[in-house]
Amino acid sequence: MSLSRSDIDKIALLARLELTETEIPVYVDSLSRIIDFVGELDRADTRGISPMAHPLPGLAQRLRADEVLETDRHERYQRNAPQVEAGLYLVPKVIE
Amino acid sequence: MSALPIHARTLAGLAKGLKQREFSSVEITREFLDRIAASQPALNAFVTVTRDAALAQAAVADERLKAGGAPALTGIPIAHKDIFCTEGVLTTCGSKMLSNFVSPYDATVVARLREAGTVMLGKANMDEFAMGSSNETSFFGPVRNPWNTAMVPGGSSGGSAAAVAARLAPAATATDTGGSIRQPAALCGVTGIKPTYGRVSRYGMIAFASSLDQGGLISISAEDAALLLGAISGFDPRDSTSVDSPVPDYTATLGDSLAGVKIGLVREFFDKGLDAQCEARIREALAVYEKLGAKLVEVSCPNLPLSVPTYYVVAPAECSSNLARFDGVRFGHRCENPKNLIDLYRRSRGEGFGAEVKRRIMTGTYVLSAGYYDAYYLKAQRVRELISRDFANAFGECDLLVGPTSPTPAFPLGAKTADPITMYLNDIYTIGANLAGLPGMSIPCGFADGLPVGLQLVGPHFSEARMLNIAHRFQTETDWHLRVPAAYA
Repeated sequence: MSLSRSDIDKIALLARLELTETEIPVYVDSLSRIIDFVGELDRADTRGISPMAHPLPGLAQRLRADEVLETDRHERYQRNAPQVEAGLYLVPKVIE
Repeated sequence: MSALPIHARTLAGLAKGLKQREFSSVEITREFLDRIAASQPALNAFVTVTRDAALAQAAVADERLKAGGAPALTGIPIAHKDIFCTEGVLTTCGSKMLSNFVSPYDATVVARLREAGTVMLGKANMDEFAMGSSNETSFFGPVRNPWNTAMVPGGSSGGSAAAVAARLAPAATATDTGGSIRQPAALCGVTGIKPTYGRVSRYGMIAFASSLDQGGLISISAEDAALLLGAISGFDPRDSTSVDSPVPDYTATLGDSLAGVKIGLVREFFDKGLDAQCEARIREALAVYEKLGAKLVEVSCPNLPLSVPTYYVVAPAECSSNLARFDGVRFGHRCENPKNLIDLYRRSRGEGFGAEVKRRIMTGTYVLSAGYYDAYYLKAQRVRELISRDFANAFGECDLLVGPTSPTPAFPLGAKTADPITMYLNDIYTIGANLAGLPGMSIPCGFADGLPVGLQLVGPHFSEARMLNIAHRFQTETDWHLRVPAAYA
């Protein structure tokens, strides 16, 4: 299966990735080949087989009680933020 | 008295020397730090070296050793793969995206090893976000193989494997999503263990594909791996997939007899892609096991050849979701002068991620997108179930599976970067264990044209103790694991 330039544009938008003009043809080619390659799975007979839900048989996602366990450490965490003001993360204006 | 130089000793040997006050932690830590500094231009095995902190930790360790009653690993210097968060220390995951990220907390693996008394030498280089099999996708440049610097060390834990192979550290932490511990261990001639899914906490281990990722170790010997695995294993409430089951003393059973142990040879592991010299080394290793009293039985996992395509649906799908957190807002790289929020996301991510990471994110986005989810993701999870059943059936006939870790020894830098699928096929023998959540190891079993060959062991869930025993007994009969590249002897 061959992906087109517009397919890659659409995937890149969904994935929130800006691609350069030189990158686009590279991904048109390599993603097409990867999609062909994983298409091999079609030849497996999976009738009546449930999709795996957990790598360990019989185990499911563990839940915990809804209790506050962590303390507020936002100042510390925000040290890695590109732009912060008054404890808030700054982004370009969203609402005009 | 052993005249073995410090760097050539196993972790168990160093622990013994520290306990007997043959040398101090500061002395051996300085020795490894100096070796790291000297090797860096040739190997590039480290992203960050925490020299001052290491020497300070070593001095504290020496005090504890002097006081007596210190834990077994007190004063042992080790390296951490740069995928593990380390409080107050740069944690890059091999990416430009995190090239400015100073972690505000420690991963559980890091915290447990610190509590066990180890000293951190620094952060080992790796493929970007653990996506790669040659360590060529790192933003900080490729790591080179200490056995031949024209060759790759394997990946994604290439820095960890090269560091142990060149004796820059007696051991290093590592992670394995599709072979990222076992394949570099094989290509660098060291011991690597990927535990059962859920055995080791993933808290603070930067996520790639959460249903496959598992933390583990690279070391010189199985005995060393046993010492370290005990320290990092066990339940962690901070990882919702951590399994709450007791951790055995992995060192207690290392010497158990192999008489009557049934070793399974998976027919599909000995395919036409396997290099003839590698196959010869594997067959020789099997003869050692027969001598030790093990029985060889042939088994089949008919769906195993589909493991690579299965993985390249499941892993990218999970990666596209996990890596959505890198948004240029809360941490990591942010583009200059964003026009609006979408522009901020798209340019920050486009600039911050390297080519292979973007390829995986887009592959994952595609297979999860509307109209394709059933055809790709659900189909792959069904095939994954079949592969898992194949392993379960095989373990009905044997105790452990043994085969090659990698189809070839280390290959030249640049040899497989042009075609992603050629690169993906490096992991053809290792991916199955991740898909089924099984523990696996790679141990050195000889050389092909001067490059190491790895023997892979795969066991049933939570069979680490048995697997380490089977690896250790091989290492008492052979000395491949003690070979050091001439330049680092």
